[in-house]
Amino acid sequence: MSLESDHIHFASDQPIHMNTQRGLPPGIRLCGAFSYDERPLFSDLELELLPGAWTCLLGSSGIGKSTLLRLIAGLETGGSFAGSISASDNKPVDGRVAYMAQSDLLLPWLTVRQNVALGASLRRESQDHSKIDRLISEVGLEDYASSKPGELSGGMRQRCALARTLMEDTPLILLDEPFSALDPVTRRQMQALASSTLQNRTVLLVTHDLAEALRLGNRVYAMNQYQLQRFDLPPCRSMRELDDASVMDIQPQIFSALNA
Amino acid sequence: MRSDKLSLIKVWEITFAGLFMILVWQAVVWITQVESFILPAPLAVAVALFDQFDLIWHHAIITAIEVIAGLALGISAGILTALNLTMSERGRKLIMPALVMSQTIPVFALAPLLTLWLGYGLASKIAMAVLIVYFPVTSTFLDGLANTPKGYLDLAHAMRSPNRSTLMQIRVPAAVPSLTSGIRLAAVYAPIGAVIGEWVGASNGLGYLMLLANGRVKVDLMFAALVALCILTVTIRGMVGMLCNRAEKWSGLTERN
Repeated sequence: MSLESDHIHFASDQPIHMNTQRGLPPGIRLCGAFSYDERPLFSDLELELLPGAWTCLLGSSGIGKSTLLRLIAGLETGGSFAGSISASDNKPVDGRVAYMAQSDLLLPWLTVRQNVALGASLRRESQDHSKIDRLISEVGLEDYASSKPGELSGGMRQRCALARTLMEDTPLILLDEPFSALDPVTRRQMQALASSTLQNRTVLLVTHDLAEALRLGNRVYAMNQYQLQRFDLPPCRSMRELDDASVMDIQPQIFSALNA
Repeated sequence: MRSDKLSLIKVWEITFAGLFMILVWQAVVWITQVESFILPAPLAVAVALFDQFDLIWHHAIITAIEVIAGLALGISAGILTALNLTMSERGRKLIMPALVMSQTIPVFALAPLLTLWLGYGLASKIAMAVLIVYFPVTSTFLDGLANTPKGYLDLAHAMRSPNRSTLMQIRVPAAVPSLTSGIRLAAVYAPIGAVIGEWVGASNGLGYLMLLANGRVKVDLMFAALVALCILTVTIRGMVGMLCNRAEKWSGLTERN
């Protein structure tokens, strides 16, 4: 995978509103404080998702990464959040989010095809059959469209979950460690597939895997108990190799930010 | 995973266990020389079963109708109650305590009352079976509906699913294994309800036949009716179990849990 020449035209240091004019999805900004049972978990937090690019939230297990993602997704967190979550186009974030978790959350009684079409079915919208078929073949499951999740391998199940996420066609995609339960080879394939299919979306990937963050992120937030530290990586269109010079130097910095 | 499939080995095991029981029974009769009006020999019971087959069959059909109608109505009522209570929190707060408290009344104590209200016919026995089936189905299904995996609900929320869709398309299918465990219990309880109803007041059914035979010291007939009741219960439990297995297999939830 060559990287040098594949620069995508987004600029992280420009104000976010510049990008919305090009039909890019909005960036997201979260700032505020969060507490569990009156006990502050993090205060003075600032998280900014790049419009139309991947932002990775990196940190060790149990540090509260998923909580941040769940706040943006509008899901139950069990704590209380004081602050704001806003999109750069000033429209509400709610309802423009697709969510993918570590567990594939495929409904075992539905076929692959029905799982991919779940969102429209729940909202009682009409089904776009050609789009369903296109996405199923895009993730390479065309031979398994009428299989049930129980017959699929872990990697195939995650690919089905990815197709379901793409089917929602939302500008914002929230990924909560979706690849961490996969074996290294499958994980690698899933990362490549996700990075190519989720182009031009605003993606937040929560992970505890530094390599994954470096492969996929245009921006990486390293989260420790006290703060979020931001690292902007040189832009690239597709997945990065880890020996890429642009990220080699930054690795120790991110690592020490995690341990702080 | 539990399975009600009758494999060949299982058929052999059941046959063997049955033969063993009959042997023990016969041995007890031989050794104790007990009077036949206390404990008839297996052969005498078999003869009674064969000689009076038409009579027993007639009463067995009545009991079967009561049990099946009671199961169908009780299970339906239980499912509807659980769905409604899940939809409405206020309903749950209002009804649940009453429902749980009602379980402190022994259902059998209601049998004379049901006979008084509904007469000596089928209705009072069906009502008895419904009462005994209703609670286990309601409570297990309600429990299942309340324990939908959280991830599924998160997903539904992110997909902006209306509550009704989430209930019907996610929570209900996810609760199938809980519901089927309630229905399996119901299939065993329902015949008990029907027979108790028949004891209290009836002119038909295996329970009635047993009382009648007992009153006339036809102990062999009484035992034959008992055997018929066992066969009836096992058959109904087997058929219900098969349906439950199919539902569980469809839900895809049993293999992994």
